[in-house]
Amino acid sequence: MQYAAPETTAEATRLLADSPGTARVLAGGTDLLVQMKFGGLAPDLLVDIKNIKGMRDVTPEDGGFRVGAAVSGAEMGEHKAMRALWPGVVEAVELIGSTQVQGRATMAGNLCNASPAADSVPAMVAANAIARIAGPDGERDCPVQDIPTAPGKTSLQKGEFITSIFFPARPDNASDAYLRFIPRTEMDIAVCSAGVSLTLDTNGTCTDARVSLGAVAATVLLVQDAANALIGSKLDDSALEALGAACSAACNPIDDKRGTIEFRRDVTAVLAKRAAKIAQSRAGERS
Amino acid sequence: MKKLHINTSINGNSAEFLCDPDATLLSVLRDQLNLTGAKEGCGSGDCGACSVTVNGRLVASCLVLAAEVEGAEITTIEGMAEGEVLHPLQKKFLEHAALQCGVCTPGILVAAKALLEKNPDPSETEVRFWLAGNLCRCTGYDKIINAVMDAAAEMRGA
Ligand SMILES: Cc1cc2nc3c(=O)[nH]c(=O)nc-3n(C[C@H](O)[C@H](O)[C@H](O)COP(=O)(O)OP(=O)(O)OC[C@H]3O[C@@H](n4cnc5c(N)ncnc54)[C@H](O)[C@@H]3O)c2cc1C
Ligand code: FES
Ligand code: FES
Repeated sequence: MQYAAPETTAEATRLLADSPGTARVLAGGTDLLVQMKFGGLAPDLLVDIKNIKGMRDVTPEDGGFRVGAAVSGAEMGEHKAMRALWPGVVEAVELIGSTQVQGRATMAGNLCNASPAADSVPAMVAANAIARIAGPDGERDCPVQDIPTAPGKTSLQKGEFITSIFFPARPDNASDAYLRFIPRTEMDIAVCSAGVSLTLDTNGTCTDARVSLGAVAATVLLVQDAANALIGSKLDDSALEALGAACSAACNPIDDKRGTIEFRRDVTAVLAKRAAKIAQSRAGERS
Repeated sequence: MKKLHINTSINGNSAEFLCDPDATLLSVLRDQLNLTGAKEGCGSGDCGACSVTVNGRLVASCLVLAAEVEGAEITTIEGMAEGEVLHPLQKKFLEHAALQCGVCTPGILVAAKALLEKNPDPSETEVRFWLAGNLCRCTGYDKIINAVMDAAAEMRGA
C-alpha cells in the first residue's frame, strides 16, 4: 500500500484517477482503518486529504457555511455560529463515536462510508446540504441525499472526492433537530433515527419542512409526506400524528437482533415527532 | 513496502522514525519507539486504551496512521509526570484506587487530562460522557470518575 498526502485538490484527484488499483480517500480514518484491519479492505493507495488547503476550514458563504471535508466532529462542535444556524446537524455529528473518534471523524467520511445508520447523514439531508465534488473533469455540486446509493456504495466516480459540504442560509424562525435510538447512552450504532428541519412564519405556522430518516432503509430516506404533514400546521397533535404515520409508512427496515421491523417503525415515528418539537422550539428561540 | 521517513514531536522532544505506510501510530509508539504506555485493547477505536493527543486533539492512536503525524505534536502518557513528580490526576488515581489491572489507566489519564485542559470544572455527567470511549473491565468506573473530579478540584485550587 502507498500513502500520499497531496497539498492540492488537483493532485489528489489525479492520484485517485490514475491509480490502477483500489484507491481510497483518507479523512479521519475512523471507518477506513477499522475496515483495513478487520474488514478485509486492502487498498493500494490512500490519499490523505487533510493537508490540502481549505479542507479544515468552516467558511461563511451566502449567509450559510461551507464545511471543509476534513473538519472533524470536535471542530464542528466548537464552531458556535454553525451550531446556532444548524444545531441539528452539529448535534448529529457530535453523536458519532467517542471523544477520541470525534477528534478525527468527518461528516464527509460519514457520508462516503455510506452506512445506512450514519448519524450525520439524515441531519444533512434534512438541512438540504450540498456536497461539492472535485474530479478529473472539474468541480460539481450534488445534494447530499444523492451521494449514498446502497450500503457501502456512493455515486462518486473514479477520481472524484468531496471537498466541502455547504449548509445554506435560513430565515430567523427556522431550525432543526436530530434524534437517534440506541440501547445505550453513548457509543452505539443507530437502530433508527430522524432529522427534521423546519421554518415557521410569524404566527408559528410551519411554512417549510424536510424530514429524513436513518437506519430504516438501504439509504437515508427523505420523506415528502412527512414534511407535508407539518407544512401549514402549528405542529398540533393531529399534525404530529400524521407526521409519525408518514414516517412509519416510509420505513423499510431490516429485522435484526438490534431491532425488529415493528420496533423500528414505531420508534422512528416517535423520534420524528420529538425531533419536530425540538426544531419548533429552537426556531421559536431564534425568531 | 517502501518505508516512509517521519519527523514529529513526542512529549516536546523531536522524534523521527521509518514506518510502513499502513503502520498505525500506536504500533510505532509501542514497537519502535518503546513508548509502551498506550495499550492496544481493541485496535478498532472502541476501548480508548491507546489514547494520545495529536496537535492537542484526543485521538485513538490505533486509528491514526504513523504516516499522518509528519510535523505533528504528539503527547502520550509518558509525558504526563514531570520526572518523579506525578500529575495531580495520577496522584488522585492512586489515592482513590481508581485502577486494578491498569490496562485502561494510561488512556484514561490522557483523556482526562485533555478534558481538564478544555474544561477545568466539568460536571460528573460531563466527565462520564467525555470518558465514554475509555472502557475499563475492572473498576466499575465510579472510582475513576471520583478521581477525575477530585483532581479537577485540586487543580482549580479548590
Ligand atoms: C468507536 C467508533 C464509534 C463510531 N460511532 C459512530 C456513530 O455513533 N455514528 C456514526 O454514524 N458513525 C460512527 N462511527 C463510524 C465513523 O466514525 C464515522 O462514519 C465517521 O464520520 C467517518 O469519518 P472519517 O473521516 O473517519 O472517515 P474515513 O474513515 O476517513 O473514511 C470513510 C470512507 O469515506 C471515504 N471518504 C472519506 N472522506 C471522503 C471524501 N471527502 N470524499 C470521498 N470519499 C471520502 C473513505 O475513502 C472511506 O471509504 C464510529 C466509528 C468508531 C471507530
Ligand atoms: S486500542 Fe485503540 S481504541 Fe482500543
Ligand atoms: S483497571 Fe483493568 S481495565 Fe481498567
